[in-house]
Amino acid sequence: MASEALGAVALAVLKGRLEQIADEMDATLFRRAFNPTIAEAHDACHGIYHATSGATLIQGKSGLPIFVGVMAHGVRAVIEKFADRPPAPGDVFVFNDPYLGGTHINDMRLIRPVFADGSVFCWLASVGHWHDIGGPVPGNYNPEATSYFQEGVLIPPVRLVRAGTLDQDILDIILAASRLPDTAQGDLQAQLAALDLGAARMTALLAETGTERLASALNSLTAISARQIRAEIASLPDGTWSGEDFLDNDGRSATPLPIACDVTVAGDRLIFDFTRSAGPTAGPVNISRATTEASVYVALKHLFPEIAANSGVMEPIDIIIPDRSLLNAQRPAPVGGYTETILRIIDVLFCIFADIRPDAATGCAYGTINALSITGTRENGQPWVMFSFFGGGHGGNPEGDGLSHGNPPIATAIIPPVEILEAAYPVRFTQWALRDGSGGEGAQRGGLGAIYEIAIESDQAQAFVFAERAHFPPRGVLGGGDGARNVISYEQADGWHHPALGSKAVGLQLTHGQRIRLETPGGGGRGPISERSAADLERDATLGLVP
Amino acid sequence: MSLVLGVDVGGTFTDLFLFDDATGQARVGKVPSTRGREADGFLAGIATLTEPAQLAAIVHGTTVGTNALLERAGAKAGLITTAGFRDVLAMRRRDRRQTWGLTGNFTPVIPRDRRIEVAERTLADGRIAQLVDPAEITEAASALLAAGCQAVCIVFLHSYANPANERAAIQAVRAVWPNDHVAISSDILPEIREFERTSTAALNAVLQPVVGDYLTILATRLHTRGFQGPLAIVQSNGGVMSVEQATKFPVRTALSGPAAGVIAAARIATAAGFPNVITGDVGGTSFDVSLIESGRPSLAAQTTLEFGQVVRAPMIEITSIGAGGGSIARIDSAGLLQVGPSSAGSIPGPACYGAGGTNPTVTDANLLLGRIDGARPIGNRPALDVDAAKRAIETHVAAPLGIGVMEAAEAILTVANARMAGALRLVSIERGHDPKDFAYMPFGGGGGLHAGALVRELGLSCALVPRYPGVTSALGCVIADMRHDRVLTLARPLAALDPDTLAEAMATSESVLAPLLDEARMTFSARKIEHALDMHYQGQTHTVSVPVPDALDQASLAAAFAEIYAGAYGGLLPHVPIRVMNLRTTLIGERPPIDLMSLAPASNASLEASARPHRLVWFGGWTEAAIHDRLALPTGAVITGPAVLQQPDATILVEPGQQARVDPFGNLILEMLP
Repeated sequence: MASEALGAVALAVLKGRLEQIADEMDATLFRRAFNPTIAEAHDACHGIYHATSGATLIQGKSGLPIFVGVMAHGVRAVIEKFADRPPAPGDVFVFNDPYLGGTHINDMRLIRPVFADGSVFCWLASVGHWHDIGGPVPGNYNPEATSYFQEGVLIPPVRLVRAGTLDQDILDIILAASRLPDTAQGDLQAQLAALDLGAARMTALLAETGTERLASALNSLTAISARQIRAEIASLPDGTWSGEDFLDNDGRSATPLPIACDVTVAGDRLIFDFTRSAGPTAGPVNISRATTEASVYVALKHLFPEIAANSGVMEPIDIIIPDRSLLNAQRPAPVGGYTETILRIIDVLFCIFADIRPDAATGCAYGTINALSITGTRENGQPWVMFSFFGGGHGGNPEGDGLSHGNPPIATAIIPPVEILEAAYPVRFTQWALRDGSGGEGAQRGGLGAIYEIAIESDQAQAFVFAERAHFPPRGVLGGGDGARNVISYEQADGWHHPALGSKAVGLQLTHGQRIRLETPGGGGRGPISERSAADLERDATLGLVP
Repeated sequence: MSLVLGVDVGGTFTDLFLFDDATGQARVGKVPSTRGREADGFLAGIATLTEPAQLAAIVHGTTVGTNALLERAGAKAGLITTAGFRDVLAMRRRDRRQTWGLTGNFTPVIPRDRRIEVAERTLADGRIAQLVDPAEITEAASALLAAGCQAVCIVFLHSYANPANERAAIQAVRAVWPNDHVAISSDILPEIREFERTSTAALNAVLQPVVGDYLTILATRLHTRGFQGPLAIVQSNGGVMSVEQATKFPVRTALSGPAAGVIAAARIATAAGFPNVITGDVGGTSFDVSLIESGRPSLAAQTTLEFGQVVRAPMIEITSIGAGGGSIARIDSAGLLQVGPSSAGSIPGPACYGAGGTNPTVTDANLLLGRIDGARPIGNRPALDVDAAKRAIETHVAAPLGIGVMEAAEAILTVANARMAGALRLVSIERGHDPKDFAYMPFGGGGGLHAGALVRELGLSCALVPRYPGVTSALGCVIADMRHDRVLTLARPLAALDPDTLAEAMATSESVLAPLLDEARMTFSARKIEHALDMHYQGQTHTVSVPVPDALDQASLAAAFAEIYAGAYGGLLPHVPIRVMNLRTTLIGERPPIDLMSLAPASNASLEASARPHRLVWFGGWTEAAIHDRLALPTGAVITGPAVLQQPDATILVEPGQQARVDPFGNLILEMLP
């Protein structure tokens, strides 16, 4: 029970007020951002962070899940770098260095201190996915990158705003790096506006509540989260459980890459040991240590959704990653395909926790971001680039069958409809359907993946695919079947082909009328098919959802 | 004959507002709703006020459609669609139910075995790549009939760009279909985005038999009792439509009742001198918030009724959080007091209803603190059980927190008020406003109990409590204009839109809409037509709505776009081409204005006559509070808190440090003491 000095009622009200500040920053950015990846798909996040450690204190409700885990690392990077040149009221720092802040180079982070009584009380941070930040490929998606130099322009943490005055020289450098400087400036202004609002709200709340009282509330909330997660962990049996899954490859050589974890429950602590995972890779599936820690955080939040999003969740958690690992990327290792590695970590942890806590076991989701871009030239000579992510199935779970055609666990974004894509680009979809039989069988069936088949309507086009799960299927749990593997196919004069690396391909040449087809993975099943109810089996058969 | 009746049939009560436009007199009524046989309650309500034969017109806000969707009690319907795309309805836009926790499934309202694919293809530019084969359609329709479908919708890809294949298909279906519950997506929503169009068409199909049957029965029974005038239905956009239109497009009634409430609030607040208000409807399970700026309610382009059930049609924007009178207070696993979103509903309801509920709710807290008069609850309910409320709060809140039961009841309200305040803040911030620039208008039976706290917490100038908070939606029915919207997707660069094409598109939309007013048999004081273009920069997915200027040339349209865009986002992208997505046309038939002074207190009212015996109310301790009959208060009366103002359909709390004064329209203005 809450024995905190403040009392449970005052704490509940203050928690609501603080979360509201993060929500209002989200709302401000979504409304004012120029690029639709932020404005529509909400690929952004805001929060409130600890004055000296950078630890997460408060998160908004609408932030992108993977950001929720990495933001604290970004704040800490600023605190550490500027330790001897301390911040002043009204300062704002900016950077996109993925080795410090996690994720990838498109994610621009703005970080601002809030002062009380002459010293930093807390930090506010805003992260949003920018459309373009230079490099050889528009939009910064380069499956052939062998270092970050091929992924875009890296901005180290710098003081963009000094005591309320924007440093135009730094802004000029950042904007010059982008192919879309107007959009970039619009997004930056929107992020600054979100931080302005957050700072004003925090300052008002501090004035109303008092510094000590608010600090005490924040400490209590973190302590409560830690206590909650400790209680959850303590209810698990002690022991060590192991799990392993594979990435198909790194996009350059065909070697499968193990992602392995040994999870130890020791009383009220959890240890995640990733030592047995693959070493650094030449291709862009490396992730930084910050991103690995965030992946664990995202998995835990999915497994224990009731626990508030603050650093207390990670307090009783140890994460072991060797120095040389694809989970501990060192610059300049390429990180553009980071989503695939994060998703595999989450899958491994879902499987391990299915063993630790069978009653809550959930089959793996489809485990890939399924990024497809097709480029070509229009009749009028103008180049076109269609880019989208595509969906797949979620795993069977204690509540029932997995969701068909869901989004990946690390994002909440939706995708454009067929009509918008066909209106914008010279393509014609010949199918957009659920993929029958792709859900892993089980007492609770995995959700279905999808089939997307696209015919080219311009003379020439090139297709790029960055996906996973062509060789290793999404796993079922508790005896449930695996989901179907990803199948990428493309048409040539002599018939259908598959990319040499399964689900990754660069520059597939297509001519007018030729098609490319994605058959995406379903989710893993839960429990043996023999325990599936007769009614569910009959419905699956009637609706044609199973073979 | 001059009597116009507004009837709002809600889940619990059927509210009536009768207005005589010859004398300016208004009367209100409230009777229990009769779930499943809504027409019974409707007619019983009329009987408390007048005879159907005496009425010139009836305007109706209905939840029949909403309830059918929420309870998945729609009719069995089928879908005929383009080959390769039958799963669009099931696939949504690739989303999930909640951010955290990968549970939760989705069941489309039309299952896969009733979604039939046919060979046909229309392209994005409107060219027909493959003509539809009527024989194949007939076969599909026959299969759906054999499967027991009562309704069918036809949704073909890109039908917004060229409806020819859909029109050919509906002809073939009508030839074999036994009823009128047949529709094509280009009639319901001729707008790009196949999932939203399919979802809207599918929900419309499952509602057509349900809402159609209900309205037919209602109209027949009214007619039998001598009602000769027009019966109109409030749409989610806050305008009214004819029964014929409502039967064809029942999905447009999804937010009928709440929309009427916001329309009334806008009119009342504007008349009272508060064109900028945020409304808050405190219901049993939810707190519904809407923002009105310069007297105009905000409209949303679409709403999601529940996960994956998208209705795309212009509708009054209403944000809902789970904080109502029935919201349950509990201590969560972190040891913190939470109020809502789980609710005791109307059955069993709050503990004090004595109907088996044992969980403490917001209503229980209000009762225990003396803010509600347990002996005379609103809505003719039996007396409330204070002891039951006290036990529930003691057991579930006070004991676990180790505090007194009265402190626990206050804590429940503190948390509930904080959540409501948060909703008001977010709704204003999301639209770029500061809540301090708005007045707050509570309606619904419980709104007035929390209004003072919200004024205090948010630093609002005041709360404006309408004279009849409990029948606001019924009043809105009488006030609402007739309104019809039409969208037409243009989807082309501005550089490719010539003025003649635009003029022709506008004329087409007008010609489709105009007959709808003529057919309605209602009196209009004026007709207004509004055209706006959804425009954006190429590559963006979000659009801004740009009123069409007088000159239709590209330079004028570009200038109009620039003004709106800069206003919304602060800057322009001068090098990026502009695109025009949709033409939206709105035809408004203005109904004769109602003089809201007709709601004013009687001229012989007096403060003395309104006074009732004092009562003890808890504000950190028992405090003697003045009690008044709200409706008996005279214009200009000022009541200083602590006080409770009571009326049959609502209770209003004036906190210590606040005052309430009666304005010339009979509204209460609740504000901090100067």
